[in-house]
Amino acid sequence: MKNRLKSLRAERGWSQVDLAERLEVSRQSVIAIETGRYDPSLPLAFKIAELFDLAIEEVFTSPSKES
Amino acid sequence: MAQGFAIKRYNRAVVLLSIAYVVLLISALVVIKRAGLTGPLAYALAILPALPIIGMFAAIGLYLVRESDEYLRLLRVRQALVASGFALSIATAWGFLEAFDLAPHIEAYWIAVIWFAGLGVGSCVNVALAARQQ
Repeated sequence: MKNRLKSLRAERGWSQVDLAERLEVSRQSVIAIETGRYDPSLPLAFKIAELFDLAIEEVFTSPSKES
Repeated sequence: MAQGFAIKRYNRAVVLLSIAYVVLLISALVVIKRAGLTGPLAYALAILPALPIIGMFAAIGLYLVRESDEYLRLLRVRQALVASGFALSIATAWGFLEAFDLAPHIEAYWIAVIWFAGLGVGSCVNVALAARQQ
């Protein structure tokens, strides 16, 4: 699943470690989500969206809408 | 996130269980093999080295339950599944070779050793899948 996590993180000047600490996950998890290797659970996706004050669909692209 | 609480507890458990295993194995070897102990006490003593190994399986299970990082949990579950498939496949194949007198008999506890080696195979599978998905 595509997402804007990397650009949103860059906009705030956060490193992957900073984001991992804010989400209370490992840096490994942040990398996996950013690269689209891992689709987070709904609770973690909500947590990510809430951290950036955005709706889930503003962070993650629905697979049905991916071109 | 620094090294998680769950993995720290798991690592500590593995160290303690490894020490217990060495102590119990040496004790069983000395008392049963060298002193020639027989009877019910020998059975009880012979089973003791198995207990820390069983404890390691329990420690892995507890780690999976306690791990709060869902991605790390996914990796470890996949690693354990690969290890299980690896060990069971070798045990099954070896069993048939033994049944047809084409391979020597090996003690069943080697399946646990192969399972732990399978964790290494599982780790390689995780790395390979991660590389393929990039």
